[in-house]
Amino acid sequence: MPERKIRVMVAKPGLDGHDRGARVLARCFRDAGFEVVYTGCHQTPEQIVAAAIQEDVDLVGLSCLSGAHRALFPKVVELLHGKGADDITVIGGGIIPEQDFQLLYDAGIKAIFTPGASLESIVEWIRTNIKPH
Amino acid sequence: MDSLIKKICAGDVRLASRLIRDIEDKIPEAKAKIKKLYAHTGKSFIVGITGAPGAGKSTLTDALITELRKKNKTVGVLAVDPTSPFTGGAILGDRIRMQKHAEDEGVFVRSLATRGALGGLSQAAGDAIHVMEAMGKDIIIVETVGIGQQEIDIINHAHSVVVVLVPGMGDEIQTMKAGLMEIADVFVVNKANRPGANQLQTELSSMLNLASKNGAGWQPPIVMVGDAFEPAAFTEKTAELAQKIEEHYRYLRESGKLTERMHRKALAEINDALSFCLLEPIIEELTATGKLEHFAEKIKSRQADPYSVAEEIAKTFFVKQDKK
Repeated sequence: MPERKIRVMVAKPGLDGHDRGARVLARCFRDAGFEVVYTGCHQTPEQIVAAAIQEDVDLVGLSCLSGAHRALFPKVVELLHGKGADDITVIGGGIIPEQDFQLLYDAGIKAIFTPGASLESIVEWIRTNIKPH
Repeated sequence: MDSLIKKICAGDVRLASRLIRDIEDKIPEAKAKIKKLYAHTGKSFIVGITGAPGAGKSTLTDALITELRKKNKTVGVLAVDPTSPFTGGAILGDRIRMQKHAEDEGVFVRSLATRGALGGLSQAAGDAIHVMEAMGKDIIIVETVGIGQQEIDIINHAHSVVVVLVPGMGDEIQTMKAGLMEIADVFVVNKANRPGANQLQTELSSMLNLASKNGAGWQPPIVMVGDAFEPAAFTEKTAELAQKIEEHYRYLRESGKLTERMHRKALAEINDALSFCLLEPIIEELTATGKLEHFAEKIKSRQADPYSVAEEIAKTFFVKQDKK
């Protein structure tokens, strides 16, 4: 039987040009056998959501190092829901203080990875939790 | 099923992208859906953009989208990037250059990974084009994977082909070679602010002047596009490119060449469908039953040759219809 390929998107919302981490992750996901859509820096949540739907990804990984995650991450989830695309899972990473985790989980972010998280642990999370559409 | 077809024809991006994915993943139902969709295809103008990695295909595609949107044309883009032969993964990074159109509902950009195809496209590209045609896109731009000299499957899918070159890739002999250099309807010398651009232009012109006049009526123009970071001059040149592509489309229609190209496309589509419907199921079954391994062993030990094996396989799978 044909096997579904996992498609993920790595995106950087907001005014944040520090994309080394996002690029390392994109490369790591490639090596894990996923198809990875990378959209670059300075994306609005609206652009990210439109791209995620056009690309039919299973997962959007948001990276933010600017401190704007409290506003931007929930906005992405909200817009996806608004477009009826709530089957696309959203996870986040970057410089995110622990006291913000609950707010993000409550907003529908399914997992948060901060500096120190191993690449293997992120891939493992995706393999365990993402069933391709 | 019919409601799905209706929704795709009405432009539903989610369903369209999912169907493209079903085709990529070879989900059996996808074939039936394409069969139903096919009657709604064939009305779009399909432009291929091809050239070496980093030549500027995505940036030019982005600029072309801008030009087409000025004229209120709806645009579909298929952007192909390579699949890893080792892990099966892929980085699909062409969108980065096109993200400013992400929210424009008149533009649908979909990335495809090659998944082992070697002709510069992916196996799903042909049907992905069909899906975008059914959505009613006026123009579909197909950006190939970064290519070398002869990954030219694009000619079987596009009506007009733009070949993007950059200076500094070799001497005049390169422009004389068969393959890529022959398929251009429009040439772009990109990054023409760099040394060697004028020389490349001269070499291309002299190559084109020597070209056989077979099918004369269209001399591929050469558009010199400079630095993308100098927006005014860049926009002027990409507008010229858009205009040349439009002129070529007009030429195709008025000269009757469009029919010829549609015919070539139809032949290629039969070829692809035959491979999908006949060859692939056979390989699949031979693999599942272990027979493929068995045949490989026989060939390896020289107990059999590949032709005899193929004939033996053909005998078991195909029963000749007797005409009576």
